[in-house]
Amino acid sequence: MHQIKKREDFSDITFSIEVEHPLLAKAAQPGQFVIVRTHQTGERIPLTIADYDREKGTITMVIQAVGKTTREMQAMCRPGAHLAGIAGPLGMPSHIGQARKVVCIGGGLGVAPTYPQLRAHKLNGAYVIGIVGFRSRNLVFWEDRFRAFTDEYLVCTDDGSAGIRGLVTDGLREVISRHPDIDEVIAIGPPVMMKFCSDVTRPFGIRTTVSLNPIMVDGTGMCGGCRVTVAGQMKLGCVDGPDFDGHQVDFDELINRLGRYKEDERLAMERWLRHRDHCRLVGQATGGAS
Amino acid sequence: MSTVKKTLRSIPQDRTPLPEVAPEIRVRSFREVAEGYSRDQALHEANRCLGCSKPGCVTGCPVSINIPGFIRRIQEKNFREAYEILTRSTTLPAVCGRVCRQEDQCEGSCTVGRKLAPVAIGNLERWLGDLAIREGWHLERTGARTGRQVAVIGSGPAGLACAADMVRAGCEVTVFEALHEPGGVLKYGIPEFRLPNDVVDAEVENLKRLGVRFECDALIGRLLTIEELKKDMGFEAVFIGTGAGYPSFMGIPGESLNGVLSANEFLTRCNLMKACNFPCTDTPVHTGRRVAVIGAGNTAMDALRVAARLGAEKTYCLYRRSRSESPARLEELRHAEEEGVEFRWLTLPLEILNDGQGSVRGLSCVRTELGEPDASGRRKASTVPGTEHVIEVDMVIYALGTNANPIIGQTSSLKLDARGYIATNERLETSMPGVFAGGDIVTGAATVISAMGAGRRAAGAMKTLFGFRSN
Ligand SMILES: Cc1cc2nc3c(=O)[nH]c(=O)nc-3n(C[C@H](O)[C@H](O)[C@H](O)COP(=O)(O)OP(=O)(O)OC[C@H]3O[C@@H](n4cnc5c(N)ncnc54)[C@H](O)[C@@H]3O)c2cc1C
Ligand code: SF4
Ligand code: FES
Repeated sequence: MHQIKKREDFSDITFSIEVEHPLLAKAAQPGQFVIVRTHQTGERIPLTIADYDREKGTITMVIQAVGKTTREMQAMCRPGAHLAGIAGPLGMPSHIGQARKVVCIGGGLGVAPTYPQLRAHKLNGAYVIGIVGFRSRNLVFWEDRFRAFTDEYLVCTDDGSAGIRGLVTDGLREVISRHPDIDEVIAIGPPVMMKFCSDVTRPFGIRTTVSLNPIMVDGTGMCGGCRVTVAGQMKLGCVDGPDFDGHQVDFDELINRLGRYKEDERLAMERWLRHRDHCRLVGQATGGAS
Repeated sequence: MSTVKKTLRSIPQDRTPLPEVAPEIRVRSFREVAEGYSRDQALHEANRCLGCSKPGCVTGCPVSINIPGFIRRIQEKNFREAYEILTRSTTLPAVCGRVCRQEDQCEGSCTVGRKLAPVAIGNLERWLGDLAIREGWHLERTGARTGRQVAVIGSGPAGLACAADMVRAGCEVTVFEALHEPGGVLKYGIPEFRLPNDVVDAEVENLKRLGVRFECDALIGRLLTIEELKKDMGFEAVFIGTGAGYPSFMGIPGESLNGVLSANEFLTRCNLMKACNFPCTDTPVHTGRRVAVIGAGNTAMDALRVAARLGAEKTYCLYRRSRSESPARLEELRHAEEEGVEFRWLTLPLEILNDGQGSVRGLSCVRTELGEPDASGRRKASTVPGTEHVIEVDMVIYALGTNANPIIGQTSSLKLDARGYIATNERLETSMPGVFAGGDIVTGAATVISAMGAGRRAAGAMKTLFGFRSN
């Protein structure tokens, strides 16, 4: 059981939780993730480590309430509440090499996991350019954290309500045109976004690292459900990744495999909503608090 | 006690059958198929043992259980003592009685078996193990507490056995398990209808009662390295029993389609995550209407039978060799046959076919034939040209065996062998002082009993390291 210390809401669907787990906080490295179970019969859901504080002994995760478990988390994860289990850190740490100029791109929820990498590069002395993409201004989060560890910070919104109007790929093109000496691009976000970012950098031959989010069960290399094809070879997202060379990843296959449980997720969600409404009704009927 | 010498003629001639739930009923639930002997049935079967002076069964048993000894105590109705004798060699009788391939081991070498059906040693072992759980008999400490710290990595049969011996010898034992529940393959792999989770939980409880600490959700190598366990956490000895969980695929076209998965994933979703109760539990699993499982070992039988229980209309087992080469327990093969699995022996898959939407539509296969046995005694399968054909399925499950998980190797300086398993000497010591390893992570995928035996051998070596007198 791990206690939730802090929670921050960024929008009506995005929030962060800071959870106590001193051993994990000590071991965590940029690029790694955890598998969380909210309760005993809960599924195991992978979440990227968005931040860790070794002194406080906590890790932070950013969650978007889109599926059954994440909506449930949005409802129950208040400070003082507990998570049934957190396994991690999982996956290979990101390779923070000697790159002198790095572009870190985060799209939507992918903004959070770019943060530890961007910070590590900055602390390593690199010139860091941050590009973040959101649908609109009200969804933007962690601007202060990003500004603290970037030399340039660029926001892209679909509707132009903040920063430039356009996608992160537009921002990336613009940055590449101004900086001919970029050593590495790191892109984290929805698979389509990572695919298009890789397409943008390919003609320039800029090393591009993406962080993949295949469906996972154990996160320890036992089930093979997270397998992805990279440079024609089968790799396990949880053991060999989650970071891979974006120019070598078969994104179409990943996108197809991610669609596998769509229908089940919908069912689980419906049942949860029904159940929740039912509990509310029962709560009202008996005069209990809900 | 009767001292009349039993002979092949004087003993009950027929082996006492194990009561089983009828196939048409059991395929609709995850209830255990074989129900276990009653006390009378156990006594009856025990009376078939001749109590040989040179018992073949003991030689056939990988951990040399004193079989005539424990069976004699059953004959004498001295069940507690029978259990003591049994647990001198095995810490998991209720498990091994259910999952060992007895026909190749103890029962395969039983004297009675030369003329009649061999004594049902496995069923008797299971009966005693279950009795012990019901009666609340448990293992006792054999030594005073010494305060010595032992870490065990992995909670499969190897880890549990090592933990049991070390805690009984008076050590402080912590078991680190990557998953959220202890038990290893016994928990996530082998289904309820063959080995109920309650049985595994009872064995784990037993160890907890003796003082073993279980740290779940702890993937060693990532959360803590082996070096950290030794240097920072103060563990004087470490046992690695992480199994061989890494799934294999064949590398044929179509493996990334939706509907292709490893038996590990399929079984874990059902057994550990209880997807069979979805959406009451949160983890989903798909079962195809027509399911093909590639491979014919125990894992394949388990996957086939789980698929049938989750509602598959048709289940195929594909194996490139023939029935006599199947590594599965005979009972599992028979159960699968009774439950309607169609066996396609001598069949090799070539390609998994796409339905055009990224999911499985079928499996293109070719027939094989077996050549003469090679140096290792295996008959090599070669394909027969012109026998290509398509089997229409919407799910393909790989049960082709497993490999070493690379995480411990990547995160420590331990020496590995050429295939990536941990290298040990005959005392199961690794290249790092005070660090031992055993079970599937040393031998490659093997059996529950051999993993358990390895855990105990490593415990013996640890005791020597600590200067304990052997008992
Ligand atoms: C479906 C299936 C059916 C089987 N049926 C039979 C049968 O009928 N009879 C039989 O004799 N054998 C059977 N086997 C084989 C048998 O289960 C194994 O040989 C045996 O379980 C190996 O035991 P082990 O202790 O070495 O490893 P495992 O049982 O594999 O346990 C290893 C444990 O270590 C954990 N672990 C791995 N890495 C780490 C890490 N880095 N840190 C912490 N924990 C870690 C794993 O999560 C796992 O819980 C079957 C196997 C399968 C998969
Ligand atoms: S070989 Fe068979 S008959 Fe002889 S002691 Fe063993 S179980 Fe009994
Ligand atoms: S999540 Fe199971 S192997 Fe990666």
